[in-house]
Amino acid sequence: MFHREAGVFKTTYAADMALYPLPIARWAVVALALFFVVIAPLFLIDYYLSILNLIFIAVVGALGLNILVGYTGQISLGHGAFMSVGAYTAANLAVRAGLPFWITLPAGGLMAAAIGIVVGMPSLRIKGLYLAIATLAGQLIIEWTINHVPAISGGAQASIQVPRPDLFGLVLNTQGRLYFFLLFFAILAIVATLNLMRSRIGRAFIAVRDQDIAAEIIGIDIYRYKLLSFAVSSFYAGVCGVLYTYYLGIANYEQFQLNVSIDFLAMIIIGGLGSVLGSIFGAIFVTLLPIVLRLVLESVGSLFFSDSELANVISGTRLAVFGGLIIFFLIVEPEGLNRLWRNIRSYFRVWPFSY
Amino acid sequence: MSADDFGFLIALLLSGVAIGLMYSLIALGFVLVYKATDAINFAQGEFVMMAALIGAVVAGLDIAPALATIAAVIAVLAVMIGFGFGLERVVLRPLLGRPIVAVIMATIGLAAVLRGLTPIIFGGETRALPLPIPDDPIVIGPATLPPIQVLGAGVALLLFVGFSWFFKKSRMGVAMRAVADNQQVAQAMGINVERYFALAWAMAGIVSALGGIVWGSMLGVDVQIAVVGLKVFPVVILGGLDSIGGAVLGGLIVGLVESLAAGYLDPYVGGGTKDFAPYLLMIIVLMIRPYGMFGKRQIERV
Repeated sequence: MFHREAGVFKTTYAADMALYPLPIARWAVVALALFFVVIAPLFLIDYYLSILNLIFIAVVGALGLNILVGYTGQISLGHGAFMSVGAYTAANLAVRAGLPFWITLPAGGLMAAAIGIVVGMPSLRIKGLYLAIATLAGQLIIEWTINHVPAISGGAQASIQVPRPDLFGLVLNTQGRLYFFLLFFAILAIVATLNLMRSRIGRAFIAVRDQDIAAEIIGIDIYRYKLLSFAVSSFYAGVCGVLYTYYLGIANYEQFQLNVSIDFLAMIIIGGLGSVLGSIFGAIFVTLLPIVLRLVLESVGSLFFSDSELANVISGTRLAVFGGLIIFFLIVEPEGLNRLWRNIRSYFRVWPFSY
Repeated sequence: MSADDFGFLIALLLSGVAIGLMYSLIALGFVLVYKATDAINFAQGEFVMMAALIGAVVAGLDIAPALATIAAVIAVLAVMIGFGFGLERVVLRPLLGRPIVAVIMATIGLAAVLRGLTPIIFGGETRALPLPIPDDPIVIGPATLPPIQVLGAGVALLLFVGFSWFFKKSRMGVAMRAVADNQQVAQAMGINVERYFALAWAMAGIVSALGGIVWGSMLGVDVQIAVVGLKVFPVVILGGLDSIGGAVLGGLIVGLVESLAAGYLDPYVGGGTKDFAPYLLMIIVLMIRPYGMFGKRQIERV
């Protein structure tokens, strides 16, 4: 059960592409599942569950962005806006048509995917910087539209109260009940991404990332796959936005501004571009960072700052630490936390004979 | 068209030109860096914010007003040039040869750092950055312009002429163009590529310093001033990323579009069009001419 491989003995493609290359991976997944499904909800208080809930939501969004940036090599500064598209679609459907979450959730995702395709259109002709700016334009235009069209935003405050989802008559109105709801979608997103990347589509994404002209020459329809990547990625973003809306009980465009797009980029860069595990690490890290910073600054910060300044200092520090970490990881460890994790793993793989 | 309508149009056009030239002042910093190093600076707005803040702090010192202004300009220039050099050395040089997305992300990270640190260091309040120019608006026909906008437009035009001369005629400018064109060949010709990269960032620092002083004096200085950095993108895309003349023209177009949109569309849709009309125009241009109106087309080989 605990054995490690001593070399590469794979003889079939199926073995190479297996989700669990070693029994230990399978056992690790079982242990994690046990922890998250049984132990965490039984023993953790609501506050910690709410943090886990936020992480689950972030995982969905980070996976989506990683499909686009990490696997397909495009860039998007508009993911916050795609989330808001999902959020407002679901909120309008839930409030005006009274639809349940299992309709609003995919509807929000599909709407975001449709908008994502439109914003991603320029990627057919431009890349790199120009694409970054085009998606930035998408972000600003979508933000403005939602804010200025009352039919979407539901009035002057541009926010819509959303009823909590209910599942077989059980209203998901506590952190504990939301926990299983969000956990389910986080796992769904993880498994879907893992499988997507093992498929023909995933391989095509990676080929486009590595060198799109070469990919075109070997017969990959790069336009189709770039747009598909935008669609899949913004579908995730839309679902993430819907989940966040249900979590908060309100759809508000202020939750999805440009800084959110940058937070998610920070997640995948810190976690590791082009890796599912990295997206999860990044989501955990970026969600926990402000909470930890707040704890630290609230206990130590009063030595240096007055109470009124402290709120400013905390938000400023959070932003500065984010930016600093992005730069640090880009320069020092471009493959992110995922790489550090792999280094640790491969160290122990050959331990104690590390030569 | 009645005389009043015509006057309104002229007023809008004039203020559009003035604001547009002020935009190109900021965009110049962006273009300079891109032209010489192929790096993209998403923190241009934050550069401007930093320059404006330092200017406001020095100008706020308790010394004679004229002296304070001169001290502020010198201090801002010195700090921004040093900052440009340092930034290139610490952040940009390790990223040489890495994918363009990495550089974009690094400057976005830099923007976040600057935006996060400034309120901690300088405090959150809005500061004034007074310049020794008259307050009375300048009347040109039916239009009135604030003097600060005229000053900003003048500075932008001066820099435009200066940098055009620099890149065409001076030895350093020609070397810098060579570096931008092909780093390896430039190096083989005995040009110190790394020095010119640092120089480009320092020049961006100079432009940001002047831009920061002008913009800070017009808007008042706080973290929000970095938002003008977002306006840089339509300007440079419309003009083409590596064209100094394009930056000026792009600035003019964005200024005019904004001003006309604000004048004629805002009453119907309830405000805010000037924030997104330039972006809409930019998207349309990108669809038709993917490399902007004056940008050079990249030819890619496998």
